[in-house]
Amino acid sequence: MISIRNLHKKFGDLEVLKGIDVDVQKGQAIVVIGPSGSGKTTFLRCLNILEVPTAGSVTIDDQTADFSKPFSKRQITAFRKQSAMVFQHYNLFPHMTALENVMEGPIIVQKKDKAAARKKAEAILTKVGLSDKMDYYPFQLSGGQQQRVGIARALALEPKVMLFDEPTSALDPELVGEVLQVMKDLASEGMTMVVVTHEMRFAKGVADEVLFMDGGKIVERGKPEDIFNNPKEERTQQFLNLIEKTDVI
Amino acid sequence: MYLNNIFSDPVRLERLSDISQSAWLPLLEGLVQYTIPLTLIAFVLGLILAVLTALARISTVKILQWIARVYVSIIRGTPLLVQLFILFYGLPTIGVVIDPFPAAILGFSLNVGAYASEVIRASILSIPKGQWEAADTIGMTYVQSLRRVILPQAARVSIPPLSNTFISLVKDTSLASLILVTEMFRIAQQIAATNYEFLLLYGQAALIYWVVCFLLSIGQGRLEHRFDRYVSR
Repeated sequence: MISIRNLHKKFGDLEVLKGIDVDVQKGQAIVVIGPSGSGKTTFLRCLNILEVPTAGSVTIDDQTADFSKPFSKRQITAFRKQSAMVFQHYNLFPHMTALENVMEGPIIVQKKDKAAARKKAEAILTKVGLSDKMDYYPFQLSGGQQQRVGIARALALEPKVMLFDEPTSALDPELVGEVLQVMKDLASEGMTMVVVTHEMRFAKGVADEVLFMDGGKIVERGKPEDIFNNPKEERTQQFLNLIEKTDVI
Repeated sequence: MYLNNIFSDPVRLERLSDISQSAWLPLLEGLVQYTIPLTLIAFVLGLILAVLTALARISTVKILQWIARVYVSIIRGTPLLVQLFILFYGLPTIGVVIDPFPAAILGFSLNVGAYASEVIRASILSIPKGQWEAADTIGMTYVQSLRRVILPQAARVSIPPLSNTFISLVKDTSLASLILVTEMFRIAQQIAATNYEFLLLYGQAALIYWVVCFLLSIGQGRLEHRFDRYVSR
């Protein structure tokens, strides 16, 4: 479903991604973990071309974006239609209700029939547990509810791939669970997902594969039980130790 | 001394009262026929120009940025009255003759366009980058992002400063009297020229301007309230 080859990203002289190769099968949930500054968010943003990679290529389904060649804005927009992004800070449109947020993409971008789009948006919001909040503006919702609207907005586009950029990092602890539950349900329904997160329990419980990134590279990858119980690389061990310590505190 | 004269002279008092009463109608005619249309048309045209100028300023195309900068610099760097005089008295010397009203529309639109473009540019820049990104990721084009996501939010931010521009414009239209537009203040001047009651006529005109601006500031409040429905307070 996704294949990423030799992905590089530089910000000026700073090389944030130093050659990433990843393959994701259809229906897999990949979780990317790693210390801050490891490049994991940049990696995710490159998949949606929110950051334009300096070199390499990304293939999603049958479309390839090859960053060694010049490409137009139109090509970027077309490539983006395969995936949808959920942001750390939700980035909901504040001037639209929950329902309007979810309907916006299908109606404006995909030019779908308004009544049908509305029906579908209602169904998706119901699915994420917000059937009673459809006409609320984002500021009237809790963080967890806003993020679920964010997920619903992404789902409404019927993407082949869902990208999650630290979706629970801005949430109060008691609201994390409701968002993770929605993501877990998606994974079990067979949605292809790439998730950047600090939620190790989610990684353990849901991921088909865990990638540990550090210094702009993938240091280690494998099944969650292998990565968490039996990490091979020293940097992975250090990172996991640090996290376990904070869990104890 | 003047006040003493008025109140100790019933004949003069009556004359003032007569002049005042007969002046209201022509003044209001000037208001409705010229001042208000001039204000509205120039504001709408100016606003369109302002949005385009603001977009040019924030675009990545160097030549567009440059054109916008030069335009704003020229308009902001020269007096409005001088601009109007150039359009109306200056251009005919090179064969370009514009009637008073269109010349005024042109002058005021250009003026509003330059000043409001800075307001709109700031409002657009005040919208968090995440909003652009969210629009990008749901597949919107640049124009769709602007129209559906950015400008509606920028509009809310720009209401107070744009109201300032609008209210200033109402009063600035009095300058059109100097290029022969028979708007309200020119009518006040014309009436005063026949009876020399300058204080009375200019005072009446001032009062009408104030009432109009007062009503507008009430309108501003309502508009802000409407746009505030999606922000927590």
